[in-house]
Amino acid sequence: MELGPILSTLRRHKITAFLLVAEIALTCAIVCNAVFLISQRLERMDMPSGVAENQLVMVQVANIAPTEDAKARTAEDLAALRRIPGVKDAALVSQVPFTNSSSNTSIKLSLNQKLPTLNATQYMGENMIQTFGSQLVAGRDFRPDEYMDYDAVLKDLDLVRKQTSSVIITKALAERLWPGESALGKKLYFADVGVRVVGVVKDLVRPSLFLGDDAAQWSMMFPLRMNGNNANRFVLRVDPTQRHQVLEAAAKKLRELDPHRIILGKKTFDEIRSDFFRNDRAMAGTLVGVIIALLTVTALGIVGLASFWVAQRRRTIGVRRALGATQSNILRYFQTENFLLATIGIALGMALAWGINLFLMQHYELPRLPWIYLPVGAVALWLIGQLAVLGPALRASRVPPVVATRSV
Amino acid sequence: MLAYYLRLGLRSLRRNPMLTSLMVLAIGFGVAASMTTYAVFRAVSGNPIPDKSAQLYKPLIDNWGHANGRTSDDPPNAMDYTDAAALMKDGKGVMQTVSYPLGLSVIPADPKAKPFRVYGYATYADFFPMFGVPFKYGGAWPADDDARHAPVAVIGEKINQRLFGGANSVGRSIDIEGNRYRIAGVTRAWNPQPRFYDVNNTGGFAADPPEVWIPFTRAVDLQIPTWGNNNCNGRVAPGWDGWLHSECIWLSYWVELPDAAAAARYKNYLHAYAAQQQQAGRFDWAPNVRLYNVTQWLADQHVVPQESQVSLLVAMGFLVVCLVNTIGLLLAKFMRRAPEIGVRRALGASRGEVYRQFLAEAAMVGVAGGVLGLLLTAGGVLGIGMVFDPDIARLARVDVSLIALTLLVAVVATVLAAFYPTWRAARVQPAWQLKSN
Repeated sequence: MELGPILSTLRRHKITAFLLVAEIALTCAIVCNAVFLISQRLERMDMPSGVAENQLVMVQVANIAPTEDAKARTAEDLAALRRIPGVKDAALVSQVPFTNSSSNTSIKLSLNQKLPTLNATQYMGENMIQTFGSQLVAGRDFRPDEYMDYDAVLKDLDLVRKQTSSVIITKALAERLWPGESALGKKLYFADVGVRVVGVVKDLVRPSLFLGDDAAQWSMMFPLRMNGNNANRFVLRVDPTQRHQVLEAAAKKLRELDPHRIILGKKTFDEIRSDFFRNDRAMAGTLVGVIIALLTVTALGIVGLASFWVAQRRRTIGVRRALGATQSNILRYFQTENFLLATIGIALGMALAWGINLFLMQHYELPRLPWIYLPVGAVALWLIGQLAVLGPALRASRVPPVVATRSV
Repeated sequence: MLAYYLRLGLRSLRRNPMLTSLMVLAIGFGVAASMTTYAVFRAVSGNPIPDKSAQLYKPLIDNWGHANGRTSDDPPNAMDYTDAAALMKDGKGVMQTVSYPLGLSVIPADPKAKPFRVYGYATYADFFPMFGVPFKYGGAWPADDDARHAPVAVIGEKINQRLFGGANSVGRSIDIEGNRYRIAGVTRAWNPQPRFYDVNNTGGFAADPPEVWIPFTRAVDLQIPTWGNNNCNGRVAPGWDGWLHSECIWLSYWVELPDAAAAARYKNYLHAYAAQQQQAGRFDWAPNVRLYNVTQWLADQHVVPQESQVSLLVAMGFLVVCLVNTIGLLLAKFMRRAPEIGVRRALGASRGEVYRQFLAEAAMVGVAGGVLGLLLTAGGVLGIGMVFDPDIARLARVDVSLIALTLLVAVVATVLAAFYPTWRAARVQPAWQLKSN
């Protein structure tokens, strides 16, 4: 098509053309990086927990003071909770995924190893696998006779030493500790206590990701029975349709059983997840808002400048029409001009996007921008450009040839 | 003359409402996005204790080395009991305190009232003067009480209201988990943000002020566990004493030092202490200690959330795009009026006067954009709570300085953007324009 006339016109409006190109380039660069950041956050928010999320609710309580008969009272609490209609399973556990409060320990693969291999989190509680709905991918669940009272173990670690206690670990932890081998039957050590792996679950995320997302699935489960003196999170596996009613009923029941008890919090697992990833959602939400505003402003800018150009060139357009150019020739002219400017802008924008990504990588520990995000920005801007220029270009195409013969 | 230019500008802006509203919208949106994210950024990056931030220091001692697969050379961000007790005993600062967070149940004297939960700290008497805690009644407990492991407490205004109807409760007692404490003082609401003195448990932000403080020595006697983080490394012997004498980190140590020279001396002292531990065989590595003042500590702990920083950057980028856009639109608008400029110049207006006329017009666009931006910023700040962490969102506020800054940014940015278009307008050749007309 007639690129020659377009180029020579642009050469006479260098500054205006430059402004348009700069605007498109900046927008392209920001959009590419913002879309990438959004996708990063969305991916993070999808992190598997390894528990039956839509069936779980949690009630966290605080007891006034340690009690003598905590074990019996906890058994009563759990029995009462299991009797609530809609409850399938109940457990008192030491910690819950995505609740930020966790107990962690360093582990070794042999007793004489000087420095620990890694740091993993420790889940404790009776009937935990059943209640969490964790998926065993190898080995077995704990046998009832394997459970010990956490209180007793704390006082006397020899209880664990004597009979080599069992542990269930996640697949991710197993692969990290013994790459390419089956973890079943292997021993691991924390402090100077050895435990043997009897089962492997698909996933079980840590309550808090203070060691980074790569270590998110390094979790261990121990056959230790908790009581009201050393654990305060009741987890219930319930019928998904009755979650909220069951949660209310459970909190009421727990308060009934001990009027001095304080309910610190009650949440469905969906709420727990949503709270945990609040910052990621904030980031994604803010960025979506900025992208929309940015594309709108850029589109309006193109409309404004294109209108100005059309108005400025009314006579030229009239002359061209009088000399035989059709309406669609004029329309095409402005569309091509916009496409050309957008293309230059996009090319510069991609380079800029790369630069911004390098900057972010240095300062914010972000991964490299995958190339696939560059075409996303490009297509978005081509589309926006064409849409924005359509109105002014149509107006230009309707300029009657008679304008050429009129003096202004 | 300015009034005349403003009148001219207003008339010109009205003549082309679409172009004008485009510019106002662009500036309004750009300014609002920047200011909203700036409001959050300002809230999270403020100095929580400006008067003393250079006198309060956070000592850290590496008691972990490279164990646990740790690759970081920085010491852990909290302290173990052994080191905290040793530093406290030496007492090398003007004032010093060790603290850890508590979650406690308060049992009201009225048997009909339900027990309730309060959060606070186990600490030393120096905590209150060091951090400038304001008191409504009474004050900190005397330093003796730390040594005597006395059952005393400082409580917050809110629970004083709840338990004593807001009356002066100094000297009365409070039942916490079955133990009675004599009240030494009642604080006013006190919640500096970021919570510099407890970054390791709050990440820097906690919306609810602490409401109870008891002597550290008493809390340890009663074996009250920490309500915050506890990270262990290596062997932990069973029981409370086993835990106290382990390398588990769970304590926050602060020291007040009058000047840089004192800080340098204190750092040498820390170094010597760590060297002594190395000689004793407890540390298997060379002394690795740090001494941060408040601002250094907040920076080291990355208290300002990454989300807030990146949002601010993106919003700034957006503002730049809006300004480029405004330059283009102003250029279009001004150049369309070349004939008018020609006539004014021919009638004797100097270039300077054309300059002033068009800058006045641009400033009006800036003010309009600023007002729109202000409305959008107010909406944005209200909406922050929907996306940001409530602990953080609550801190972002629209105040006089934010309003002034929004308007200033809008006007200055628009006038800057107008320089090039105005320069072009002032260069219009009168003769050429008159001829072509």
